[in-house]
Amino acid sequence: MAQKVELELVTPKALLRSLEADMVVVPGGEGDIGVLRHHAPMLSTLRPGVVDIHDNNEVSDRVFVAGGFAEVTEDRCTILAEEAVPMAELSQARAEQEMDAARKAAQEAEGDYAMRKAEQRMAVAEAMQAAVQEK
Amino acid sequence: MASLKELRNRINSVKSTQKITSAMKMVAASKLRRAQEAAEEARPYAERMERMVGALAATVLGAPGAPPLLVGNGRDQTHLIVVVTSDRGLCGGFNGNIVRDVRKQVRDLREAGKTVKMITIGRKGHEVLKREMGDFIVETYDSVAGQKGVTYEEARDIGGRIRELFDHEAFDVCTVVYNRFKSAMTQVVTHQQLIPFALPDTVETGVGTGAGRAGAAQAVYEYEPSQDGILAELLPQNLSVQVYRALLESYASEQGARMTAMDNATRNAGEMIDDLTLTYNRQRQANITKELNEIISGAEAV
Repeated sequence: MAQKVELELVTPKALLRSLEADMVVVPGGEGDIGVLRHHAPMLSTLRPGVVDIHDNNEVSDRVFVAGGFAEVTEDRCTILAEEAVPMAELSQARAEQEMDAARKAAQEAEGDYAMRKAEQRMAVAEAMQAAVQEK
Repeated sequence: MASLKELRNRINSVKSTQKITSAMKMVAASKLRRAQEAAEEARPYAERMERMVGALAATVLGAPGAPPLLVGNGRDQTHLIVVVTSDRGLCGGFNGNIVRDVRKQVRDLREAGKTVKMITIGRKGHEVLKREMGDFIVETYDSVAGQKGVTYEEARDIGGRIRELFDHEAFDVCTVVYNRFKSAMTQVVTHQQLIPFALPDTVETGVGTGAGRAGAAQAVYEYEPSQDGILAELLPQNLSVQVYRALLESYASEQGARMTAMDNATRNAGEMIDDLTLTYNRQRQANITKELNEIISGAEAV
């Protein structure tokens, strides 16, 4: 595979990853999407999950994202994540901490918006736990 | 003429004031650097977000059933103004400029027969506006920039609240007013319309002027789950990002304004100390001369 796809992973806080890879697997809203070069242009939502970066026939990097969007063009894949944590920095303890915080938020939530937010947070925490166990 | 003791006290008090202002200047300078970095780091996200919204907006604009967050709900009666100020004073005209501008805007809108609502962010602006037009304020946030500076979570909460109000049809048009950071010395009071979302010019022209590849790609995006589905998520997100950007800009501006103000204050204190020291020395000399005169004339009399 000579031709690589450019990956950019950005969060509101920083440009987290900017590199070239053979393939990027993105957790799309309706199922995982494997992006190679010359993929058809596409916009997709993301669900909380793990972005796998494949390079040189191995998974070279994994990053957990808490939802967001992906823009795919012919030679580039841009991931806009609300929050992103490299899998290397993720641990069982961190996931549990997140889970507790989410539970607490759900209990305290009042009003539509807070409820929705707490639900989202819960989903993120669950996905994070799943990702950690898989690791 | 003030006595020597009074002058000495005066000089000491100005000196300690100068110490405080120069310390504040230093603190503001280091905070400014961090604020600028934060603004810098948030830029890629906002730019890409804008590009996405721009690409999507181009295809839905004018189409029936376009999302109200993007094109508005067709009315123009109630205006929501989000006022971003700082929590602390001592930063020159930073808050005053914003408040003056808001006051004018509110007057214009009311003269045009519109209803005005307000969200204030930052304690300083709230204090002033509460007195004059407390009835319009629907929501208040303070200490947006805490110890860690501006966080995205806070911006998201504010964005969520704005969206909630919009969903309940509490307002039709939303504008955010903040100080845009130009340089450490200059801040520009900026109005930005959030709802309906005003596309920056760069996006609209960018579509046409991009290379052939980009131009072709723009037209044939596939959407997952669907164009509407993506817009429904992208637009609220974009709202939060715009708020975040305004907060970051405002925070950096605040530090810049404070640094400049404190620099001036330190310099003024220095001048004052020089003046006072001169007066003090003159007075001291005059006293000595007077005493000598008295001794000499006393000796002559003997």
